[in-house]
Amino acid sequence: MKSKVLLMGKSSAGKTSMRSIIFANYIARDTMRLGATIDVEHSHVRFLGNLVLNLWDCGGQASFMENYFTSQREHIFKNVEVLIYVFDVQSDTKSDDIAEYTSCLEAIREFSPDAKVFCLVHKMDLIPVDQRDAVFAERSEELQVLSEGLSIACHPTSIWDETLYRAWSAIVYSLIPNISVLEAHLENFCEMCEADEVVLFERATFLVISHATRKTHHDEHRFEKISNSLKSYKLCCSKSMTQFDSIEIRNSKFAAFLDKFTSNTCIMVIMSDPTVSPTAMDINIQVAKSHFEAYVSIRK
Amino acid sequence: MNDRYDEFSSGSVPYGQMFPDMYGEDAGGEAEQGYENKPRILLMGMRRSGKSSIQKVVFQKMSPNETLFLESTTKIVKSEIASSSLISYSIWDLPGQVGYESNPAFDNEGLFAQTGALIFVIDAQDNYREAIAKLHTTVLRAYEINPEICFEVFIHKVDGLSDDAKTVRQQDIVEHVLANIADAELEDQIQISFYLTSIYDHSIFEAFSKVIQKLIPQLPTLEQLLDILISNCCIEKAFLFDVVPKIYIADDSSPVDMQTYELCSDMIDVVIDVGCIYGMGENDDTGLGYDAESASVMHLNNGMVLYMKEVTRYLALVALLREDKYEKHGLIDYNVEAFKNAVAKVFEPRQ
Repeated sequence: MKSKVLLMGKSSAGKTSMRSIIFANYIARDTMRLGATIDVEHSHVRFLGNLVLNLWDCGGQASFMENYFTSQREHIFKNVEVLIYVFDVQSDTKSDDIAEYTSCLEAIREFSPDAKVFCLVHKMDLIPVDQRDAVFAERSEELQVLSEGLSIACHPTSIWDETLYRAWSAIVYSLIPNISVLEAHLENFCEMCEADEVVLFERATFLVISHATRKTHHDEHRFEKISNSLKSYKLCCSKSMTQFDSIEIRNSKFAAFLDKFTSNTCIMVIMSDPTVSPTAMDINIQVAKSHFEAYVSIRK
Repeated sequence: MNDRYDEFSSGSVPYGQMFPDMYGEDAGGEAEQGYENKPRILLMGMRRSGKSSIQKVVFQKMSPNETLFLESTTKIVKSEIASSSLISYSIWDLPGQVGYESNPAFDNEGLFAQTGALIFVIDAQDNYREAIAKLHTTVLRAYEINPEICFEVFIHKVDGLSDDAKTVRQQDIVEHVLANIADAELEDQIQISFYLTSIYDHSIFEAFSKVIQKLIPQLPTLEQLLDILISNCCIEKAFLFDVVPKIYIADDSSPVDMQTYELCSDMIDVVIDVGCIYGMGENDDTGLGYDAESASVMHLNNGMVLYMKEVTRYLALVALLREDKYEKHGLIDYNVEAFKNAVAKVFEPRQ
């Protein structure tokens, strides 16, 4: 199953950088070495076994953009499932950005009216912390007004923190077809383990696919923080030519178990009962594995 | 368990607490209580060489890219680092533009007399001739006042340089600095260590670890304890980490392999990240989710196991061992418990 994902935005907005971090194991600092994308770079990312993200990273220089809207119009905008539009929050040509975005929406309305649109207000790290919320609220309101008729989701992002994982988790989540079935089973598993929380990560990217929560938690951004942390540790491990198979972390208040789950996922189980033996948890996870394999892989 | 913590917490100051203080021309006088018993580490260097960034990244967990926004430091910033009752030190970040060493009105005695280590930061991407000259006068002045000071030179911001360029700059700087010292006929008395550092990787933590280790009088004992532990548990490599700045204050006597060090040190990040989310109690004064029960085990796919266990309030043992040696993990837990008690005894305040 292939899903066409368009990645657009002005040149040097950060499209290729974020794609490289999420899917190609770049660290944030290495993205400085990336050059401008010429025309469209296609990449196929296998996600959860048989869902293939067909990423069209569209170079954002004005001449390319013009092409996309004219001669290549149908080729680019047909059969799009998701459009990701990246805005540089500090762009000095805001009116041009908006004009390009509106033409892009027009083309989407024409060729793929069902596409989901994600607007990423990127490079938020350049805005002082105390102004970020206000700046983002203003931008996202502007974009909502511009995109009337289409359902869009706005996310503030930065390659330097976990916000990138939040946005991309939301994007891939929208592409997984049988997610509700999967979620129901995850709820069930969480219940049976008497866990506080169960989180399912995609194994290569550590994007959050789904979670089940029995005990409310104050930090709504916790999953992407963990994604970010695990992904950086994964990169650290790969420097030593290794990978972690399982992780167990505990203190007097909790125990967290992360283990390989189905062939494309990792599962993390959080218990607030620190007396639970890791072996017991391990058995629970092993037993659930084969059961979940059927729900996580995506059939046509 | 709890009484031990109470003992450690008395008089120690939480991490990240800053003591901004005007410490100008009349240095060394009042407002010095609390600093005198702790080894002092001075961060010196030219302006914009990266002193404050180092301080913020290592001790206040600032993300390296955020340091771009740091303003120039205009007064001495002191920060107190206390990991347990004995391992505590204060870091003084000195503004680069002021010529302390050559200003007769400034009380150098007060500054250098109680200093354990002087870290001189040189920006390797800049023209460093002036920095080398300043380093030379600083070293001479400090040595004159306090011959016990450890001189440490951080050849900093090497992240932007190729490997070849790094070596060339390092050789050049070392050569010049040592030649200057030799000209002053002090080459036998003054020892200077050089490190290549960058805030974007582990090098700054590694370098700081080496500096801190020189200031810990108990280091040989700790190393010996670690040696005993690793030989009894068949551990490949063990570190004793200070969890907040991720500095290792001791390791066993086998050589440090950079990759093992990175694995161990980044493991702490993961443990703290997850601990901060799920392991925070109502009265967690550390803000780390790190407590007496903190422990972690990671199985790697190359047949190795990473093992972490809390040792004291801010110290953690991180060890790398083979999977088959971890089978009897009850035994390892028991040995680590014994190690933990021994470390607690080492740090017990003398009666």
